Amino acid sequence: MNRNASPVIVTEGLTRRFGALTAVDSLNLTVYPGEVLGFLGHNGAGKTTTVRLLNGVLTPSAGKARVLGLDPATEGATLRRRTGVLTETPSLDERLTAREQLQIYADFYDVPPQSVGTRVDELLEIFQLADRGDERVSTYSRGMKQRLALARALLHRPELLFLDEPTAGLDPVSARQVHTLIREQSRSGDHTVFLCTHNLEEAQRLCHRVAVLERGRIVALGAPTELGRNLWKGVRLEVETSPEAVTSACAALQQFASAREVTQPDERPILTLALSDRKEIPRLVAHLAAAEIPIYRLTPREPTLEDVYFALHERKEESR
Amino acid sequence: MNRRAVRAVVRRDLLSVTRSKGVMIPLILVPLILMIVLPTVVAFATPASAHIPGANLAGMEQLLEQTPPALKAQLAGDTLEQQLVAYMLLYMFAPLFLVMPLMVSTVIAADSFAGEKERKTLEALIYTPTTDLELFLGKLLSAWLPAMAISLLSFALYGVTANLAAWPIMQRIFFPNAMWLVLVFWVTPAAAAAGIGAAVLISSRVNTFQEAYQISGVVVVPIVALVIVQALGVLYLSVALTAFLGLIIWMAAAALLGWGVRTFRRSEIIARW
Repeated sequence: MNRNASPVIVTEGLTRRFGALTAVDSLNLTVYPGEVLGFLGHNGAGKTTTVRLLNGVLTPSAGKARVLGLDPATEGATLRRRTGVLTETPSLDERLTAREQLQIYADFYDVPPQSVGTRVDELLEIFQLADRGDERVSTYSRGMKQRLALARALLHRPELLFLDEPTAGLDPVSARQVHTLIREQSRSGDHTVFLCTHNLEEAQRLCHRVAVLERGRIVALGAPTELGRNLWKGVRLEVETSPEAVTSACAALQQFASAREVTQPDERPILTLALSDRKEIPRLVAHLAAAEIPIYRLTPREPTLEDVYFALHERKEESR
Repeated sequence: MNRRAVRAVVRRDLLSVTRSKGVMIPLILVPLILMIVLPTVVAFATPASAHIPGANLAGMEQLLEQTPPALKAQLAGDTLEQQLVAYMLLYMFAPLFLVMPLMVSTVIAADSFAGEKERKTLEALIYTPTTDLELFLGKLLSAWLPAMAISLLSFALYGVTANLAAWPIMQRIFFPNAMWLVLVFWVTPAAAAAGIGAAVLISSRVNTFQEAYQISGVVVVPIVALVIVQALGVLYLSVALTAFLGLIIWMAAAALLGWGVRTFRRSEIIARW
């Protein structure tokens, strides 16, 4: 990510209303070249509407945006030559073959005619569709369709790639391939990825920064770990004890006032718990020692995006 | 205007259409029945019926009698059989020919607009760099070009069938006349365009190809009306009337397609399509 270069996306008070509903509400956002920005939010939070606004498919009700130096509202067609979008559903014509789909979209994106064949072959190869490239898409599995849709989005080597739930419904192997591709995109130079997802683990793994969207508003923005530290003051711990001491360790932990969610995730003699503050750790160790619980390991774990997400959700519930 | 993008829309839609049985079956069957089977039957049955003992010859004469004077003048000098064959194949079939451009264009446009909505394939299309107008124009051409191709082919097939089947009676090439040339080259393109306009209008309000296709059937109502008024002798398709009819259809097509262009915009597509 290059923060010194001109931003790829800048929005100021970007708003889109549909009647009484405000789908995107005063969005202020800056995205830098080479960045993978996670756009987190549940269904209906405004992710897809934002992608549409940033591609000039919808016009804003208020505010403005610059994407790759262009105004999406007035220069949409020019802008869309430089962006690639993977929509939430693959949106493929199932009567056509993969090769035909890619050739036709190459025409839409004005890929030089002499290089269309090579580029299509290359993409079919990368996305492991070469041996089925001349079969109709209706015969494809869900994972194959998603890979083809991603190949289509990358066909014209876009500078800015929008991915809307790219791994939804994919098996773990296909999801991993997609993750690798996203990483390669951002690593391969100035390619920027705008990743809409509600998969927190995916966002944690791939994104330089994440924006958490609630009802069209950004409620948190930052690097996943930074967000965790700022928003979730507590700490999660793993405590390893002896197999014989699991029951007494569990009881001792539950007696400790600031410990919550004490569980044994599997058969191993390892217990997990949440503490409201890191400062409680020494007191917890002293408490376990006083109860004569053997401790072989005690590991604090960084808060995950999941912790952040639920902390934000709890905050919202409390403020109601 | 990016012609390559427009061509890509046309290619995409045509590839899609030709692989759908639901679309292809009427496109093949209707011209075959209306333009080959039916005229052959009429060419043989009409004169034959004049020789059936007890056949209502008076009724047939009356049918010719009530035709407008201008048409009567055209048919004068021919035998009763020749008059009947010429009347049926030149004039009664003329409105039916308009089924070709109307049917082909509405079926393809229904698949291209409502069908695409049903298949949820428009979303990827709206993120391409094509403008709204290029998208609409591509879709318009992908229905209009096949409608014209099938209509012209039907015209040729009908011409050969009518002249061959009626040869024993007519003993001359009687088809086409000037009215048919106006019908094919002036009215047919307008009817194809109007059919697309109607299908776009209907497609914006329904969710499936079948619904759009069925409702689009309403476009043949004016054709049926034309057949009836001709059979009743109220009017007949003279060159002037056919040219005027074409003008009316062109105006209807322009109004419908103008509405289509205004509606088929990205922001509307998201909400409506």
